[in-house]
Amino acid sequence: MTAAGRPGAAIAIDGLQFSYGSGPRVLDIPSLVIDRGSRVFLHGPSGCGKTTLLGLLAGVLHATNGSVRVLDRDMNAMSGGQRDAFRAEHIGYVFQQFNLIPYLSAYDNIALPCRLDAGRRARLGAVSIDAAIRDVAAQLDITALLHHSATALSVGQQQRVAAARALLASPELVICDEPTSSLDTDRRDAFLALLARSVAQANATLLFVSHDKSLGARFDVQLSLPSLNRATRLDAA
Amino acid sequence: MNVLLALAWRSLRNRPVTSLLTVAAVALSITLLLGVEQARRGMRESFTGTIKGTDLVVGARGGTLQLLLGAVFGIGAPTGSVPYEVYETWTKHPAIKWTVPLAIGDSYRGFRVLGTTPALFRHWRYRSAGTLSFAAGHVIATPRDVVLGSEVAATLGLRMGDTVTVGHGLNAVAGLGDHEAHPFTVVGILQQTSTPLDRALFVTLDGIEAMHEAGAAADGGMPGAMPGAAPAAMPGAAPTVMPGPAPPSMPVAAAPAATPGAAPPEYIPPTNIFQDQPRALSAFLVGTRTRYETLRLQREINQYKAEPLTAVIPGVTLGELWRTLGTVEGGLRLVGALTIIVGLIGMLVALYSSLEARRREMAVLRAVGARPSMIVSLLVLESGMLTLLGCALGVALTMGGFALAQGTIEARTGVHIAVQVPGALEWTYIGIVLAAGVLVGLVPAWRAYRSSLADGLSPRL
Ligand SMILES: Nc1ncnc2c1ncn2[C@@H]1O[C@H](COP(=O)(O)OP(=O)(O)O)[C@@H](O)[C@H]1O
Ligand SMILES: [Mg+2]
Repeated sequence: MTAAGRPGAAIAIDGLQFSYGSGPRVLDIPSLVIDRGSRVFLHGPSGCGKTTLLGLLAGVLHATNGSVRVLDRDMNAMSGGQRDAFRAEHIGYVFQQFNLIPYLSAYDNIALPCRLDAGRRARLGAVSIDAAIRDVAAQLDITALLHHSATALSVGQQQRVAAARALLASPELVICDEPTSSLDTDRRDAFLALLARSVAQANATLLFVSHDKSLGARFDVQLSLPSLNRATRLDAA
Repeated sequence: MNVLLALAWRSLRNRPVTSLLTVAAVALSITLLLGVEQARRGMRESFTGTIKGTDLVVGARGGTLQLLLGAVFGIGAPTGSVPYEVYETWTKHPAIKWTVPLAIGDSYRGFRVLGTTPALFRHWRYRSAGTLSFAAGHVIATPRDVVLGSEVAATLGLRMGDTVTVGHGLNAVAGLGDHEAHPFTVVGILQQTSTPLDRALFVTLDGIEAMHEAGAAADGGMPGAMPGAAPAAMPGAAPTVMPGPAPPSMPVAAAPAATPGAAPPEYIPPTNIFQDQPRALSAFLVGTRTRYETLRLQREINQYKAEPLTAVIPGVTLGELWRTLGTVEGGLRLVGALTIIVGLIGMLVALYSSLEARRREMAVLRAVGARPSMIVSLLVLESGMLTLLGCALGVALTMGGFALAQGTIEARTGVHIAVQVPGALEWTYIGIVLAAGVLVGLVPAWRAYRSSLADGLSPRL
C-alpha cells in the first residue's frame, strides 16, 4: 500500500527526491507515513538531510521528484504563496536556536504567526490573541517573561518562547528541528516534558528531529532518517 | 501591513546608531536642498514685495540694477543725482499719475535718511498689506518733522517728540561735523513692514536742504573740507557709475583715514549730492495712469535729451537679477542633489551590510509564515521610513533654521525671509527623494528575497 493511498495521514511521502540546485542528491525517500496525532522522533547524524526534509514538509523547499502530502495537501501542487499560507496556518516550527526576532519582546514573538497570517488567526475563533498567548505562555511557564526583550532571555527560555509561538492557535503539525541541542540535560528534560504536554493538549502531530538517539524513548514512534533515505545509503556505499 | 510597519520600525530602533546616522544624512541633504529653495523664494518675495504699485523708478543715467537697489532697497549707491527742475518737468507728464521724490545720502546712527514728500506714505505699497500704516503719529509736513521706520524706533529707543540730529555723508560714520543746527522732531513712527523701510528715517526735502545749509554754515562754509563720496568704503556698491553733474570739486580721494576696513554692517550714505547742488534728488518713483503707458514712458524717459536719465520697471530689473543669480542657484541645487545621492548611498550601504547578520531573522520570519514578498516589503519599509524620517527632519531643520536665522539675515542684509511651509517645488523634491529612498530599499530587499528563498529555514552562516 503506497503512502499516497493513506488518507488522513499527517504526512505522506511517496518517491521523494531532492537536491539543492544541481548539487548531489540529499534525499531519496521511497515512502514515509506519519499518522495524525502521533508523536514522532526522527533521528540521524548531522548532515544526513533532516533539516532539508523538514524544509520540504514545511513547504519552504520544493521536491525535485515525487510527492509530499502534508495534512492531505499536495505540497508540489501548491504555489509558493499557497505553501507560505499553508505553513503559517497549519504548522508550528521550532529551530535549534536563534528562534526569536531579536528586536521584539517574547510576547510579540509569540504573536507573530497570528499577526502575519489571517488563517492562523482564524484558528483562534472567538479567543483573542492576547488570551491565547497568556494561555500558551502559562503552559510553557513563561508568563513572567512575556514582556522581556528576546535578547534578554536565556537559551532555555528562548526555546520555550519559540515552542509557545509554534503552539499558538493549535496548528495541526508541530515541527521541531533539534530544539534541545543547545540546552543542558536538566533544561532539556524540562523542555521536553512541557512540549509533550502542550502538544497533547493541542491535539497536534509532533515531528521531533534530533541527532541524539537517547531522546527517542519519550516518543510514540522512532524513525531513523538514514534508513529511510536511499541517498545516504548510496553515499555510504 | 501594520505588522510589517511595526516590524520595520522596531528593527530600525534595534539599530539606533546606523538608523540615526542614516536619517541625519538624509535630513542634512534635504535641508541643503530645501534651504537653497527657501532662500531663493524668500529673497524673491522679499524683494518683489518691497516695491509694489510703483511702475517706474527713475534716476540719473546708470546701471538699472544699481539704480533700483540703491534707491529702493538701500543697497549700494543710487546712480547719481537728478536736478529738481528735471523732476518737476516730468511730474507734469500726462501719462504720470503720481511721483515720489527720493533724496538719499544722509544717515542717522547707521540708518539711512530719506528726503521725500508725504506722497511716499500714500503711494508706497508693499506685499499684500498695502500702504504704510502708522504705529503712532502722522506723516511729515514741516522741515523739522521726521518719521521713523519701526526698526529705527525700536533699535534706537526713540519715541514720539524725541529730537533727532542727522549726520551727513561719511561724517556720520566718522563722527565729525554733524548738522547740529538743524534737529528734527519725531512726528510719526511706522508699523513694521519687514522691508528696508523699517530701517529708514523719513524727512521732507526742505528738511534735508535746511539741514545741509545749517551744516555748511557750521562747517565754516568750506564745502571742499567735507569729505565727499568715498566709493572705496562702500561695500557692495558699484562705484564706477557716477555720471552726471558731479562737480569737479568733489574730493573723491579724501576718504577718511579713520574708517578704512571698518566695514560696519550699517547703511553708509553713498553720495554727497547736496553739497554743491542743493536742489537735487537721487531718484523718483513713478505711478502711471495706465499700465500700458509704462513701457512707452520708460522709453521716453530713457531718451530724454535735456538730462541723461534711466527709468527701470522694478519687476523687469529684479527679473534680470534673478536670472543672474539663477546660475548660482543652479549650482547650489546640484550640490544639494549630489548630497541626496550620497545620503541615499549611505543608507544602501547600511541596509545592505546589515543583511548578512539578519539572515537568521529572515528564516524565522519565513518559518512563521512570512511570504517572500513580506521580506521584500519589510526592507523597503525600512528604507522608506528612514527616508521619510530624514525628509521630515530636514523640513523641520530648514524651517527652524530660517526661523532662527531670520533676524540675523534681516539685520545683516535688510532682506526679510519669511519662514514658509514647503511649496509645490519643495514637495516635488521631497517626493522624488522618498521615491528614491524606496527604490534604494529594493536593492537589499532583492538580495534578502533571493537569499531567503535559497536559505529556506536553514541559513548557512
Ligand atoms: N541551503 C543549502 N544549499 C545547499 N546545500 C545544502 C543546503 N542546506 C543543506 N545542504 C546540504 O544538504 C545536506 C543535508 O543538510 P541538512 O538537511 O542541514 O542536514 P541535517 O539537518 O541532518 O544536519 C548537507 O550535505 C548539507 O551540506
Ligand atoms: Mg539540521
